[in-house]
Amino acid sequence: MILAALVFVPFIGAMLPMLLRNQSRVVITAGTAAVTLISLGSLLWLAPLTLAGEVPSSLQTWLPDLGLNLALRLDGLSLLFASLILGIGLLIVIYAHFYLSERDDVGRFFTFLLLFMGSMLGIVTADNLILLWLFWELTSVSSFLLIGYWFHRSEARRGARMALAITGAGGLALLAGILLIGHIAGSYQLDAIFAAADIIRTHDLYIPAIILILLGAFSKSAQFPFQFWLPHAMAAPTPVSAYLHSATMVKAGIFLVARLTPALGGTPEWLTIITLTGLTTLLFGAYFALLKTDLKGLLAFSTISHLGLIMMLLGLGTYGAMLAALFHIVNHATFKAGLFMVAGIVDHETGTRDIRKLGGLRRAMPMTATLAIIAAAAMAGVPLLNGFLSKEMFLAEAYQQQLFGGLSWFVPVLATLGAMLSVAYSVRFVADVFYGEAASDLPKSPHEAPFFMRLPVLILATLCILVGLAPMLLVADLLEPAMAAATSAAGTVKISIWHGFNMPLLMSVLALLGGIIIYLKRADLFTFNRKFEPKDAKETFARVLKSLTSRADAALQNIETGSLQRYIAAVLVLVLVFVTPELVELQSLRGDKSQLPIDAISLIGAIILMLAAFGTAMLHRQRLTSLLMLSVVGLMVSLAFIHFSAPDLAMTQLVVEVVSILLMILALFFMPQKIPRASSGRRVARDVLLAGFVGGIVATLNYALLTRDFASISAFFLENSVPGGGGTNVVNVILVDFRGFDTLGEITVLAIAAAGIHKLLNNLRPFMPSSDVDGRPWHRVKHPLMVQTVSQALLPLALMVSVYIFLRGHNLPGGGFIAGLITAAAMILQYMANGVDWVKHRFNYNYQTLTSIGVMIALFTGLGSWVFEHNFLTSWFTYLNWPLVGKFEVATAILFDLGVYLTVIGATLMILANFGQMTTRHRPRQEGH
Amino acid sequence: MELLYSITVGTLTACSVFLILRGRSFPIVIGITMLSYAVNLFLFSTGRLVINELPLIGQSQTPTDPLPQALVLTAIVIGFAMTAYSIILAVRVRGEIGSDEVNDPNYSASEGQRS
Repeated sequence: MILAALVFVPFIGAMLPMLLRNQSRVVITAGTAAVTLISLGSLLWLAPLTLAGEVPSSLQTWLPDLGLNLALRLDGLSLLFASLILGIGLLIVIYAHFYLSERDDVGRFFTFLLLFMGSMLGIVTADNLILLWLFWELTSVSSFLLIGYWFHRSEARRGARMALAITGAGGLALLAGILLIGHIAGSYQLDAIFAAADIIRTHDLYIPAIILILLGAFSKSAQFPFQFWLPHAMAAPTPVSAYLHSATMVKAGIFLVARLTPALGGTPEWLTIITLTGLTTLLFGAYFALLKTDLKGLLAFSTISHLGLIMMLLGLGTYGAMLAALFHIVNHATFKAGLFMVAGIVDHETGTRDIRKLGGLRRAMPMTATLAIIAAAAMAGVPLLNGFLSKEMFLAEAYQQQLFGGLSWFVPVLATLGAMLSVAYSVRFVADVFYGEAASDLPKSPHEAPFFMRLPVLILATLCILVGLAPMLLVADLLEPAMAAATSAAGTVKISIWHGFNMPLLMSVLALLGGIIIYLKRADLFTFNRKFEPKDAKETFARVLKSLTSRADAALQNIETGSLQRYIAAVLVLVLVFVTPELVELQSLRGDKSQLPIDAISLIGAIILMLAAFGTAMLHRQRLTSLLMLSVVGLMVSLAFIHFSAPDLAMTQLVVEVVSILLMILALFFMPQKIPRASSGRRVARDVLLAGFVGGIVATLNYALLTRDFASISAFFLENSVPGGGGTNVVNVILVDFRGFDTLGEITVLAIAAAGIHKLLNNLRPFMPSSDVDGRPWHRVKHPLMVQTVSQALLPLALMVSVYIFLRGHNLPGGGFIAGLITAAAMILQYMANGVDWVKHRFNYNYQTLTSIGVMIALFTGLGSWVFEHNFLTSWFTYLNWPLVGKFEVATAILFDLGVYLTVIGATLMILANFGQMTTRHRPRQEGH
Repeated sequence: MELLYSITVGTLTACSVFLILRGRSFPIVIGITMLSYAVNLFLFSTGRLVINELPLIGQSQTPTDPLPQALVLTAIVIGFAMTAYSIILAVRVRGEIGSDEVNDPNYSASEGQRS
């Protein structure tokens, strides 16, 4: 619980600065500091347990099927990092309070900072690798927000984007690596993975897994060749740089390597990759740090260099090396955070960070100068400071390793070289800024920063001295459990200030002297470096990114051509690709079900149907002809339904056919009368081929299906139709009773489609040709007398038939759907024969209302069951004796069917009548009028 | 009979697919309508082909499977709604853009067309 609070309090507390946004800055800072203190308090509460050798943990299942749990643990390693994150975080909060200017949105800054803090705490306490990855990605996102905090500056935006791209890509690699590890170990929980260490190390996938994981770690920790994002992240406000690049973000990669060392470490591949990468980074960073003229740039490269140093130690992997690594993590965090803060103070008070402009500041700001000297000396490795201790341990390890056989000697030599460069840039940082000629043309006249802005640096510098003097007293207790968590190698934590005269001491002295010489001779180095083309990583990065996106664009252009025809063809081809192999698998096409004989009438019917279908397709440019062919197809289909014992379907199909052909003839009026161009021969050939294949597949499927026996659930419906639903027409009983809920959904869809059409027709200005395709004007008699007379006589008949069909529906073919369609067709006939005005004059119904009433009736019939404490849509029925008619069934289902009936009438007329009115003065215009 | 039935369904499908692959809206609407016939016939046939065994209780000793019929019945009505919607959409597009081409206007108009 407390452990969860440690991680999640910053996330929840991140809202606080935003909520306090309108308050004064002091309030916002106090809120943020309080959140940090609560989290720190939880850490201190738990710390004694960890220091005593226990591992406080908490487990909350989240997505157990994915192996993802909210599992947290606070072992020594977590404790070490969490103390840095929270301790330095608190100092950063104080520092930022003074650093940010009046114009900066402090609330937003602290929100981002707390989010970042929470994510970092999540990484270091996660007990589940997927969870760790999740927090890892969160740090990428929140650091993006922090680096891009001054989003009005282009360089901030670009720097943030670059950091996100690199660490994000690394995050993906890490995820892949984690999945591999989880696959090998069978779990993502850390203990299970540590237990499976031997299996992992000998597994075939070990090499890919560590490469992927190290890609993630190296990109996060700015190791060569991914170091280039870090200097550009310096566009962030200095508190962010101080936080991200001393104690947190870039240490995440280091943490990951340390965390996984017990599971993955110790193999030659692991050692070689990490050691060499670390060593390269160490030298690369140190060299460029010396060349930088921007204070923060110098510190950025020195950070890269120190990260390389730590990485190299982790690679060496002996007890001493791991100890040196962890110790240096602490030391680097303290002196580097302090130095960044000094750079920020200088920038804040003088208005520039350019080393070439600065100078002699020691007179204007003596306190800051003193603090800077202490921190820089620690970085350089001057004795009696913490940096000296860990650096000497580093040199000792470099000297003792025997990784590369006969070539092992180059490691200590290069390490000493790196240390020399480190001394040189440390000297440069101090000497060029605080000593020498006092600068004259600074943007602001320098003076000492406020005390509280210096306070964090003061604390950090004091720590540098105290740890340097009494390492065993101050950090041994912290390092002991961390070592237990990070390595299985045996050893004891022993850090002494004086080792006697030995090789590492000689190397340290060499480094100090060499560094000073390099600093004095730096002008030659600068001249030498000028021979190289200056390359801006930002430009290169932008170029790479641009070429990537333009390539992706081009690829997309090829796929997404804007040709709907091509899309549909692609979908159909995919269908073929997926279905064909399945059909090939089929043992025999023909099943063993006995087949019906072919009779002459069926054969003729089928031939007519197929000819009509071909005709529709081939004559599609002659639209009316094609439409008439289509109606033949529809009629033949309804005949097929009759033939195969489906009278309800036949009736429905017949009426729907009439209505839809009418609709399409109407639509034809508004469509272009001519098709200007036909498809090219190639296109036609392609389409015919594709259509043929699809048709063939469907026919094959259908044949295979028809010739096989099947088990149906229909026995239930057949048995219960009369006793349960009170009707003998099983199809209708299924519709209004057994599957009434489906039907309710269906009529709702119908109503929605009608409403959609109504809306589409609103304010439409259709093309209305005044003559036919050959230029002949339309006939002047719009409503022939014969048709008028017949249609008027037909209406009552049709209505009677529809009522009859409706009422008998429960027992004989018929029902609400069919009856509704018959009524609608009769009404449409009136519109066609007599014109819209005539119909409007006689029945001025609002079809929208009718449709809604229909759906409502069906719905409330269903709800009515609740009144009688039955389930939704439970039907009730009884038999009554009507005079003349005889025994008659009364069922609530008929009420439901009435709803269907009205909906169908309303929706069909809403579609057709509204569309038919397009040519008249009644056409739909504005909403609601 | 089963063979004849499936060939018919296949033919209907083939013709409708050909129509759907056209570049103008009206043939596509016709194609969609015809495809819904084919699909309805296909779904209907999952109850297998049975002659003279109406799904009415008391009229037949071994009535045919009523379930596919019930499902297809609503499918016919919904199919009508969809046809109607697509055709009105086509009219609307023609009214708005002035063309019944279904392809993106930016897409090279000459592709797949006889010049």
